[in-house]
Amino acid sequence: MGITVKDVEHVANLARLDLSEQETEQFTGQLNAILQYADKLNELETTGVEPTSHVLPLFNVMRDDEVHVSLSIEEVLANAPEEEDGQFKVPAVFE
Amino acid sequence: MSLFDLRLTDLHNKLAHREVSVSELVEHSLNRIHRTDEQIGAFLTLNQEGAQEGAIALDKQLGNGEERGLLFGLPAGLKDNMVTQGLRTTCASKFLENYIPVHDATVVKRLRTAQSVTIGKLNMDEFAMGGSNENSAYHPVRNPWDLTRVPGGSSGGSAAAVAAGQVYFALGSDTGGSIRQPAAYCGVVGLKPTYGLVSRFGLVAFASSLDQIGPISKNVEDAAYVLQAIAGHDEMDSTSANVNIPDYTSALTGDVRGLRIGVPKEYLGQGINPNVKEHVLEALKVFEAMGAVWEEVSLPHTDYAVSAYYLLASSEASSNLARFDGVRYGVRAGDPANLMDLYRRSRSEGFGDEVKRRIMLGTYALSSGYYDAYYKKAQQVRTLIKRDFDQVFEKYDLIIGPTAPTTAFRLGEQVDDPLTMYLNDILTIPVSLAGVPAISVPCGFAEGLPVGLQIIGKPFDETTVLRAAYAYESQTDHHTRRPALS
Repeated sequence: MGITVKDVEHVANLARLDLSEQETEQFTGQLNAILQYADKLNELETTGVEPTSHVLPLFNVMRDDEVHVSLSIEEVLANAPEEEDGQFKVPAVFE
Repeated sequence: MSLFDLRLTDLHNKLAHREVSVSELVEHSLNRIHRTDEQIGAFLTLNQEGAQEGAIALDKQLGNGEERGLLFGLPAGLKDNMVTQGLRTTCASKFLENYIPVHDATVVKRLRTAQSVTIGKLNMDEFAMGGSNENSAYHPVRNPWDLTRVPGGSSGGSAAAVAAGQVYFALGSDTGGSIRQPAAYCGVVGLKPTYGLVSRFGLVAFASSLDQIGPISKNVEDAAYVLQAIAGHDEMDSTSANVNIPDYTSALTGDVRGLRIGVPKEYLGQGINPNVKEHVLEALKVFEAMGAVWEEVSLPHTDYAVSAYYLLASSEASSNLARFDGVRYGVRAGDPANLMDLYRRSRSEGFGDEVKRRIMLGTYALSSGYYDAYYKKAQQVRTLIKRDFDQVFEKYDLIIGPTAPTTAFRLGEQVDDPLTMYLNDILTIPVSLAGVPAISVPCGFAEGLPVGLQIIGKPFDETTVLRAAYAYESQTDHHTRRPALS
């Protein structure tokens, strides 16, 4: 067994997900099945093979640093669950 | 012959000669949706008033004799992961239930320049993760050919809407097969362009190194026109390729004499339904009769593509979906105790099962201690898969095989088994990893269900892909068959 319930809880924490006990158990089984299948990749010798992150020969794409019209504050906040004084509102970070 | 059976160019001419108005086309579409969508479930949001108002404006323009855009007056549907200013965009997720974008995706702008009319937003698997449309947080989509079966996914709404005659064409997005596989299951044409040909600006990101927008249509010629309208460099997408856009319609000659086709033995081997295989072999005979030549080739790393894909796509997704935190948009969980609680509960309540599963898989693959074993390894295997294609394309102009190993399966059949579900994409995923263009065209029916033929081309050689697809289509009538819907 590669992934344990504890691993799943740790990863859920990294991913900012709250999983129910049932979900944790279900994901432990399913992730193990998927990763076991993915272990197939180890059949391949890849020493010295360059990783492909991207198929196009594109690197840093630069543009001129010019001022453009951007969204208004009203537009930026249009979908905010909560806002106040032109800012996104969230619970206090510090007590 | 109904309006819906006409090609986009025929409709364009009918509009130009005032034999039909844009308003009539739009009403025709809306009526069809009202009549059939309770069964199909293709739409998440209808743009009824917007489309009707747009139609009136275009009819006025028609009356003034002004120049018309390439897709003038043609009613279209958009997969609901392309943002539309003022029109709800949900990605079929509860998280974005109330999200009204303040800007348009570049493809939406380009369709507007081409003067098509947006009829509404189409159902999909949540955040484009899935191959059956059963992962929509709202309702599943049903296959117009058999309502007990899935339309495929993740662009299932787009393919079903075109097959059901609800829209004249649609846009889908393809990460590991999400345009081609539903097109195959629904008996329509679906084109995934070369990675970078169509701007991703305003496409809600799933796996950024793979996502690509493309047309879903009733025939190859229509796909060429829609591609013409949406392809091209966009400075808002830093991965958009700066290449010259040819006249795709000039590829529609019907002439494939001398064309060299490679047929990968891995695409007709184990796991491929015998009926599907038979239809593909029949299609190859059609190419032969037209003067093309085909030979068996090998893409030796095909078997590893699904593993590499699920690690890479999930890793990218786990990073891309970090933006859904309940702070700036989307649904925020009620009464958060603190900021961390707000993040965690908003995400947990807003995302469905498959999305959580992929975020978990991706987070694990990228986490400390596993990065080299999973993520980097998968990227190296991606290189090997890309080399497979490069090597075949040194000798051949095209690669042809099935789009999917089977025809559409039944709703609920695979929903509890993610791994089996992932294997439906075994023939589309390698193409996505290599970033090359591919089209799915109808090549027959097996027990009443459509079979798709996949034609794969060299990078940025959509022209040859379209040429072959058009020639094949002109010799067959599979694409003219329509499902019987009440």
